[in-house]
Amino acid sequence: MRSKPVQLAIAVVLLVGVGVLVAVFTLALALLGEPDDNVTALTVGKIVIALFALLTLITTLGISLVWLERKQLGRMQGRVGPTRVGPFGLLQVVADGIKLLMKEDVSPGSSSKAIFYVAPLLVFVPSFVVWLTIPLSEDLVVRSLDLGVFFFIAVSVLSIVGLILAGWSSNSKYAILGGFRSAAQLVSYEIPLILGVLSVVMVADSMRFTDIVDAQATVPYIALLPLAFAVFFISGLAEVGRTPFDIYFAESEVVGGPFVEYSGAHWAIFFLAEYVNTFVVAALGALLFLGGWVWPFGEVDQVPAVAVFLGKTYFLAVVIFWVRATLPRLRIDQLMNVGWRLLIPLGFASVILIAVQRFYGWPTWTLTVMSLAALAVAAWVQLRLQRRDAVATAERYAQRAVAVQPSRRRPAPESQQA
Amino acid sequence: MVGVTVTTEQAYDTVDMMLNMGPQHPATHGVFRMVLTVDGERVVDVTPHIGYLHRGSEKLAENESYGQVVTLFDRLDYVSNLNNELIFCRAAERLMGIEPPERGQYIRVILAELNRLASHLLFIGTYAIDLGAMTPIMYGFRERERIQNMFESVTGARMMHNFIRIGGVKEDVPPDFVPRVRALLDDVERGVQECDRLLTFNEVFLARTRGVGVIDLPTALSCGLTGPSLRASGLAYDVRKDYPYEVYPYLSYRVPVGENGDCWDRYYMRVLECYESLSMIRQCLDQMEEGPVMAQMRRIARPPKGEVYVHGENPRGDIGVFLVSDGTDKPYRVKVRPPSFCNLVSLRPMMRDAYIADAVAILGSLDIVLGEVDR
Repeated sequence: MRSKPVQLAIAVVLLVGVGVLVAVFTLALALLGEPDDNVTALTVGKIVIALFALLTLITTLGISLVWLERKQLGRMQGRVGPTRVGPFGLLQVVADGIKLLMKEDVSPGSSSKAIFYVAPLLVFVPSFVVWLTIPLSEDLVVRSLDLGVFFFIAVSVLSIVGLILAGWSSNSKYAILGGFRSAAQLVSYEIPLILGVLSVVMVADSMRFTDIVDAQATVPYIALLPLAFAVFFISGLAEVGRTPFDIYFAESEVVGGPFVEYSGAHWAIFFLAEYVNTFVVAALGALLFLGGWVWPFGEVDQVPAVAVFLGKTYFLAVVIFWVRATLPRLRIDQLMNVGWRLLIPLGFASVILIAVQRFYGWPTWTLTVMSLAALAVAAWVQLRLQRRDAVATAERYAQRAVAVQPSRRRPAPESQQA
Repeated sequence: MVGVTVTTEQAYDTVDMMLNMGPQHPATHGVFRMVLTVDGERVVDVTPHIGYLHRGSEKLAENESYGQVVTLFDRLDYVSNLNNELIFCRAAERLMGIEPPERGQYIRVILAELNRLASHLLFIGTYAIDLGAMTPIMYGFRERERIQNMFESVTGARMMHNFIRIGGVKEDVPPDFVPRVRALLDDVERGVQECDRLLTFNEVFLARTRGVGVIDLPTALSCGLTGPSLRASGLAYDVRKDYPYEVYPYLSYRVPVGENGDCWDRYYMRVLECYESLSMIRQCLDQMEEGPVMAQMRRIARPPKGEVYVHGENPRGDIGVFLVSDGTDKPYRVKVRPPSFCNLVSLRPMMRDAYIADAVAILGSLDIVLGEVDR
């Protein structure tokens, strides 16, 4: 066991290393689209500063979700959540973080050390790099790429590699099972997620996030494309492994999946990445479907655009946590069924509806009608069958129960005999 | 067990993986250990290993006086302590030929049914968490906590009560017992309904439990399955109904019976039994009268020479006690038929064609308590 200061030094070096890696990676990507004669020291400097500001901001926002989730789950479950550290337990996450950084970093003796230690970074870096192109408001964006949506999808998929490598290099059976599961799950849910995003892109005629938000100035796309939103949101839950799709680190089955052998700072990085990913999905939902920083009732100058955007993002995050408090976990084959048999057809239906509408130049409200109709049919069939089955089953079981009558009747109490 | 023959892709040399679950695993409910042979996500075979919590209770009982053995029974099935106390006291009373006074019997039945409620609430919560739902365990524990507070006010302890004694109960219940239990029952009923509404017909929950771990009635019987798990397979066998004891014959109730013998049925039986227990306790409260709670007997129990087998309905199934007396104040032999242990026999037939996730669901649906399995 190393001494505490050494531990802390290792953790700090690790975090700084992550920061540098993120910075270098994003810088390279940021400069990729720049015409050669435009790359000046000033551009590079600005981007570097922006990146570090962003890194700090995103980390803070990510860990704020940890607090929000614990508080919200507590309230939903008749508890109070963290209360001890700081006002309303706000500093609990910080305390936990310090605890994790101070812990000894254990790795299994038979693990492939290099891959084992690189894997957390591979999960962590993409979840930050996507923020390169996600705007917090009209102007607050590192690089407003023409292919922003495309860039987002291309980069976010990379984290799957990290999960598989983490599972494989741990040389642990639970970890490898978790790695398999994450591979199967994330790859198959990427398709409906993309179909949901594609629907928005088709309507907005642009892959630039700011254009997509501007196009929602009058009507947010959730009203226009409820079907695409449903597909996007459900597959988004699966992409970040939230309940009911948390099967690749299922606590009661594979005991943490790919992360089972990690401890200390490396585990903290996985944990942080998970919450940043949740935040990314919520932010993406807010941008693509809830109108981003556009205030729904016209221009209101008093409300800063960033606050509106963050408000919508946190709203979606609350919905994600609400789902977590409600639902059990699916099984791996059921997960695949939901993905391939339900979400992908619905996603394609959404894309085809939009294509038809665009081709014939029908008014946009027809989109809402068609989309809602498809969604309503799917939901109605499902809920109706479920409700009918529940009522019938409960009645059947009530009738099957064997009634036992008192075989001996107690003598009536003396007071009543008189 | 089901063997796996690889018929396709013979070129690849696939081997089954041994996956060790437990004794330290979140879903094995204590220190149970099962070694799964898995082919990818499919379970090919399962080997249960037990004994990590063996304390030699049965042997220890031979060195304790009859009154002290009750405390050992508290520690067998440590989530339904009072039911365990009851079964041993009934066995000793049968040997000695004494019958507790009626008020004592009512108190015993009320406490036993309250404990059944507490046990089933714990089951609903832990089963939900096995399947990945976080909330029901909080609701379940909240109601169980209320019941345990009631136990504390009656017996002085939250878990290891030593309240049911040979010949009756230790002392009469507090004066405000009846109104307090009535209020408690209303609270608990709301809590059970909450869990029921949240979980029972949840689409995901149904998908995870329906048709999973099916066991048909002949197999269940040949495995010695009892309790809610047997009733889920379609046989209305309940010791309270078939071999009535204490004041159960005075009560009217229903014995829920399942259709398919799958995990969902085993879960639902327990939910329905919660409602039945509530109604039974209410009837007991209505019928109970003032009177003595302890039979007239010698202070030190010294049963005559002989042997007796007594069984009763525990939350987990049919618990039996075989008690041999050699005429001294200590039992010559105490043998327990623990329902959790006997129910575990049906683990392998249930695991047929299961996924790893199902293995957790199946083990959870049997609701084992390791204190009782290992003794």
